[in-house]
Amino acid sequence: MLNHVLRRFFQAFLVLILVALLIFLMLRVVPGNPIATMMGEHANAAAIERMTSELGLDQPIPVQFFRYILNALRGDFGTSYSMGKPVDRLIRTAFPNTLILALCAALFAWVVGIVCGTISAVRKNSVLDRLFMGFSLLGVSVPVFMAAMILQYVFAYHLHWLDISGVKSWKSFILPAVALGWNSAGSISRLVRSTLLEILQADYIDTARAKGRGQAGVLIFHAMRNAMLPVVTMMALQLSSLLSGAVITESIFAVNGIGRLAVQAIEGRDIPLLQGTALFSTALVILGNLTADLLYGVLDPRIRKEVVR
Amino acid sequence: MRNILEVRHLCAGFPTLKGEAVAVNDVSLTVPEGKIVGLVGESGCGKSMTARAVMGLIRYPGRVISGSILLDGRELVGMPKKEKRALRGSEMSMIFQEPMTSLNPVMKVGRQVEEAIRIHEKVTAEEAARRSVEILTKVGVPEAKKRCLCYPHQLSGGLRQRVMIAMAMILGPRLLIADEPTTALDVTVEAQILQLMRTLSSGGTGILLISHDLGVIAQLCDHVYVMYAGRIVESADVNELFDRPLHPYTRGLLNSVRSLRGGGDVLDTIPGAVPNLTRMPAGCGFSPRCPERCDECVMDVPGLVDMGNGHLVRCRPAEGEEAK
Repeated sequence: MLNHVLRRFFQAFLVLILVALLIFLMLRVVPGNPIATMMGEHANAAAIERMTSELGLDQPIPVQFFRYILNALRGDFGTSYSMGKPVDRLIRTAFPNTLILALCAALFAWVVGIVCGTISAVRKNSVLDRLFMGFSLLGVSVPVFMAAMILQYVFAYHLHWLDISGVKSWKSFILPAVALGWNSAGSISRLVRSTLLEILQADYIDTARAKGRGQAGVLIFHAMRNAMLPVVTMMALQLSSLLSGAVITESIFAVNGIGRLAVQAIEGRDIPLLQGTALFSTALVILGNLTADLLYGVLDPRIRKEVVR
Repeated sequence: MRNILEVRHLCAGFPTLKGEAVAVNDVSLTVPEGKIVGLVGESGCGKSMTARAVMGLIRYPGRVISGSILLDGRELVGMPKKEKRALRGSEMSMIFQEPMTSLNPVMKVGRQVEEAIRIHEKVTAEEAARRSVEILTKVGVPEAKKRCLCYPHQLSGGLRQRVMIAMAMILGPRLLIADEPTTALDVTVEAQILQLMRTLSSGGTGILLISHDLGVIAQLCDHVYVMYAGRIVESADVNELFDRPLHPYTRGLLNSVRSLRGGGDVLDTIPGAVPNLTRMPAGCGFSPRCPERCDECVMDVPGLVDMGNGHLVRCRPAEGEEAK
């Protein structure tokens, strides 16, 4: 088991380095000189050149990359061109907002998704089932920006229950979390429903009934845990993508998170900041995958490596 | 001798686009205390549906249409769900065909075995665990204590079926329904499981053994019912049935088993297949495949007639022959 975990960690680390290289190369292949953009159109060629060499951008790319990785390992991701602050500090200030938003969205998605999916499966083809599945279909198919604007219009503009945008209190996170989580809630409830329906046909469900378990007991003790296997995987993946920054949601609701930081970096051709946010997001996604992998092993004994004889 | 199970004129089926398909048609059978009763027939003849009807485990949208099922004198048809649930696992239990898929893959074996105790009795965790180890040892699971901590995928097929049996037996039910308990197992393991069932029945449990394997039936059962296309077509004591099979279908079944004594290189087969439930032939359900079919056979469904020795048969030509 430990071996398995260590190997997974090593693989994850390798993927992270590769992705870093990819991001690094892509940013250097893009045409246009970021220094020229940064210094404005009136800067003269000598000044641009001086600045370029100061930032080490005139070095060969392998050297630049090597230096970047070495610095990154020490926690130094460079200084943002446009904001003049260290990238790691910018990320650190933005991350709590993203974290809260992502956790709220995930909580909303999981609770709503699992509850609705379960009810839909147990009461298949009922009015509730149709209602829930309709809502989840909307969640999966309506784009986030659209959902966000509808929510803003109804709950902020018309009903005045919540603020339109900006972060003032915990209430400010409700609308963005729902907008962001709706999609995930939709896919989770559909997954829970279909998995449960399949599992309720399984032979071991009959066995449980034959022992005298009632509907609720069968569901709680036998069906749910088996149904959770694919669902947990999906939840972990969703959480990591939520954490890595909801670019659109953060922009619409003016939440100063990682996603918004990335947008600012792109607009300003801010290479260190862009590299930093991209790398950070990648790390979170990889971490999510890793968690899903390991959780799967905890939930499903068949995946655990060791075999008791 | 008391009858643990009495099924009277049971009809069960499920709706299809072409109307209700009656999978179990006017089935009556009894399982006495301490006896093993066999229910034989091809796949799709209604054996499992009969068993599920008794357990109350017919899958939606199937249902019991009419008839009566008495468990130790108590009527199960129409009994409130809650009362019936209290009987399942304690008074009657069932062993399923597939030991591979009939155990919950993510639950430890011990917990699954003791689950019935926890549902039906108020006992401490230690007591439940102790009793599950005890029953596992009794059904021949070696190192039962260690196996309790295993997950089903860590056990062999034979062990899993023993676990299934232990699970079904842990509360000492009066009736045990075994639906093809050895079909998925090796022959050597099969023999052990059959021996185990014999031991159980000598303890007073009535066993309804469902099988299509006449070898198993011959070894184990006291009485046999032969089912075809939803109906009982023949019923007799095991020796009587094997010595003097009256229904052409029973004879066909017996001929299609290669006997150790008999010669011949080619196995006999019964031509054709079990009719579709929604397109049943008129008259006797077996008539389209029957070598002894006469004009009367296709007119109406023959009744079950007693041919002496409690040997019942549902066949006009057989009645006629015996009368001669």
